[in-house]
Amino acid sequence: MSDNLATVVRDICRKYGRERGRLMDIVRAVQEKFGCVSGPAMDLIAKEVGVRRVQVASVVTFYAFLSEQPKGQVVIRLCNDIIDQMAGAPDVARAFEEELGISFGQTTPDGKFSLEYAACIGMCDQAPAALVNDVPVTELSTDAARRIVRDLRKHMDPSRLVHRLGDGNNAHELVHAMVMNNIHLRGPVIFTPANRGEAIRKALAMTPAEVIRAVKTSRLRGRGGAGFPTGMKWEFTRAAPGDRKYIVCNADEGEPGTFKDRVLLTELPDRVFAGMTIAGYAVGAAEGILYLRAEYAYLQRFLEDLLDKRRAENLLGQNICGKAGFNFDIRIQMGAGAYVCGEETALLSSAEGSRGDPKNRPPFPAQKGYLDCPTVVNNVETLACVTKILEAGPATFSEHGSPGSTGTKLLSISGDCKVPGVFEVPFGIKLSEVLKLAGGEDAIAVQVGGASGQMIAREEFGRTICFDDLATGGSVMIFGPERNVLEVADKFMEFFVEESCGYCTPCRVGNVLLKERLERVIAGQGEPADLEYLQDLGQTIKTMSRCGLGQTSANPVLTTLKNFRATYNALVKKRTDGLQPAFDLGAAVGEAETIIGRKSEHAHA
Amino acid sequence: MSATIEFVIDGKEIQGQPGQTILEAAQQAGVYIPRLCYMKGLVPHGSCRVCTVLVNGRPQSACTQPVAPGMVVENNTEKVTALRRNIVEMLFVEGNHFCMFCEKSGNCELQALAYRLGIAAPKYPYLFPTRDIDMSHPDVFIDRNRCILCGRCVRASRDVDGKHVFDFVGRGPHKRVAVNAEVRLADTNLDVRDKAAEACPVGAIMKKRVGYAVPIGQRLYDHKPIGSEIENGKK
Ligand SMILES: Cc1cc2nc3c(=O)[nH]c(=O)nc-3n(C[C@H](O)[C@H](O)[C@H](O)COP(=O)(O)O)c2cc1C
Ligand code: SF4
Ligand code: SF4
Ligand code: FES
Ligand code: FES
Repeated sequence: MSDNLATVVRDICRKYGRERGRLMDIVRAVQEKFGCVSGPAMDLIAKEVGVRRVQVASVVTFYAFLSEQPKGQVVIRLCNDIIDQMAGAPDVARAFEEELGISFGQTTPDGKFSLEYAACIGMCDQAPAALVNDVPVTELSTDAARRIVRDLRKHMDPSRLVHRLGDGNNAHELVHAMVMNNIHLRGPVIFTPANRGEAIRKALAMTPAEVIRAVKTSRLRGRGGAGFPTGMKWEFTRAAPGDRKYIVCNADEGEPGTFKDRVLLTELPDRVFAGMTIAGYAVGAAEGILYLRAEYAYLQRFLEDLLDKRRAENLLGQNICGKAGFNFDIRIQMGAGAYVCGEETALLSSAEGSRGDPKNRPPFPAQKGYLDCPTVVNNVETLACVTKILEAGPATFSEHGSPGSTGTKLLSISGDCKVPGVFEVPFGIKLSEVLKLAGGEDAIAVQVGGASGQMIAREEFGRTICFDDLATGGSVMIFGPERNVLEVADKFMEFFVEESCGYCTPCRVGNVLLKERLERVIAGQGEPADLEYLQDLGQTIKTMSRCGLGQTSANPVLTTLKNFRATYNALVKKRTDGLQPAFDLGAAVGEAETIIGRKSEHAHA
Repeated sequence: MSATIEFVIDGKEIQGQPGQTILEAAQQAGVYIPRLCYMKGLVPHGSCRVCTVLVNGRPQSACTQPVAPGMVVENNTEKVTALRRNIVEMLFVEGNHFCMFCEKSGNCELQALAYRLGIAAPKYPYLFPTRDIDMSHPDVFIDRNRCILCGRCVRASRDVDGKHVFDFVGRGPHKRVAVNAEVRLADTNLDVRDKAAEACPVGAIMKKRVGYAVPIGQRLYDHKPIGSEIENGKK
């Protein structure tokens, strides 16, 4: 057994060249093989790769999909984000627990099954959803949950749970998933017929500087959330000194309520890879990395196969499309379950084989990114836009949208609406129009931009989706009249507490404190001063945090305090007896009462 | 000698060198910027956030932010101090800090900073975590109750001692300092003379048998607030 461990771990390390930089791949492979990365395995890996054991431990303990303790042969990860909760995840959870005889967080005594909760797995339009090892199972019911467990008991093969196939490439033999694309609106930029190779050929007919100018002329801004001008980012990277440069495509898509990158990678991966290649040509990079979140591992073989096809067609590799000296290739780096790894510098740490800790800035990735080389990090959708800009010209692109936000935007719409799914809309569209498209006109609140975004009330549904007003990486979550916005905010705070990397004080500690006080208020035990406390604490987290996660993690509280003040005001009250609202005198003297055998006169006055 | 970089902190003209951080340039000019995870000789960590200043209105950690000509830095103002106070309070409630029983009292940077910022008791509720103590090593102990996750031990061991005895494990609120062994510090090659054994700003990594060698009342911060040595131009 331990000989086996030693041999297998050695083989895995050798497969990845015993490189420290491939530690993520190594620990992922060991986890897959043994259901954990045990202490002895860490010792072996450390020796093979030439690092300390504690460095391996620091990686393994960071990611949700890795563990020191043995996990079941099949791990069921049920999404318990707010959208799934609204769709019935708690009942599904109970069905799983009953059928397996264990609670969440546990493994069956026979070592066959583990039950876990996951943060948003990007299936919000087909919630409740879960991952069974790599296999997504969607639109779950209690019956489906029981059937899944019974079927697995028979064959222990998650891939055989797929009885119906999803639309489009979800039915491709290398994807073989029940996932649906649910594309409900195709716009003029992204979801248009593509001609493989056309954009690259057009780019290669220009100089790199001309390609950058075309992207600048289009006024394309990053679709990952921050909205940085793409052409400028490329120009900085091109100008940065260094022989080796990298293009990284950010496919971590961890923002709750976002799933449009999954659909792009399923339906238009050629556009994304072409965008990376064009970026490589423009900035002078020879290598690209697609950082794919672990939740989307079911797309990996399909994407690898497509990379092979592109190599065979000379759209990747040496002297691409006959352009002498232009070499570019792409590898896929799998993540291992950490929202913070969507933050570009955390992503780079992770791709380098470390904990997903964000890095200090400056230097910025354009100066010193992956392995300290100048690096472009772009979102999946941004790169797909690039391909279209090269195909159709920058003017055709910028005629859509609004002046400050050109082009179209993919929205991932979920929650209380008739047709959740992906919509390609022009920038500048009103939120009310978005609600009409998805059949969510009854909404009392809409969370725009995911957990880190803003909770918008009815009075503001006239605002527009664009960088200058309601910016969003694509997430639009709709909440109907029966929902409690503060409970939604609380759920988001739970997400941030779990997903903080823990590097800096305000985010690591502040979010725990913010959640505690919010829950006190929700429970009716808050006083008016607690609202100032929440505001001051939230502002401190926002101002003092080191990366974008902490800088936005208080938003669920801060934006509801602003836009749903009446809801808070109705919950807090000043006590007239001079005691703190959370103090329950009856409970405090309860034990003493039992001992002396009579009721306190004061406590029950 | 390269050209100096001129900028302003709270109205005072400062001259820094290219490549210096705001914190270093300020220190050279006798301006104290509070800090906890910063330690001279170690690569800056940027994790505690108490050194945060407003640079042209934008929050930046002074220990990592390079000086730039003409920048206007806000350091010792009521607004910034209030934010720093909140951070220090967070560190207190996150761990179990019973200063009156702690050997580090008087020499502790966290305690001294709390006094300097005027914190009597934190407004946040104590989280009372369950943390462990490692007494296994003959000369050094770890009391994780008092760890503020500043990473000074990690960097000192890795970059100065060349040993990598410490590193962080876990994520978010579960983050903790681990040692390069299965569990025990005794099973690592830490030596009491290592830089890592004296890098801790609080009482989390302590040398054994010297706890009260300097009596209370004669300790580092017993008479003058932390930072006054910088303001008096001694460092
Ligand atoms: C906590 C956090 C998570 C993020 N997650 C993602 C993500 O999943 N995908 C993404 O493209 N950008 C994400 N970003 C933004 C990236 O840091 C970065 O700005 C983006 O990838 C740049 O690409 P763009 O300019 O094409 O938008 C995240 C940022 C933060 C702070
Ligand atoms: S804000 Fe701080 S703790 Fe939170 S994720 Fe960023 S670096 Fe980590
Ligand atoms: S043990 Fe001390 S030096 Fe190490 S991280 Fe904790 S507080 Fe910092
Ligand atoms: S899949 Fe559950 S919220 Fe996105
Ligand atoms: S001293 Fe700068 S962040 Fe800690």
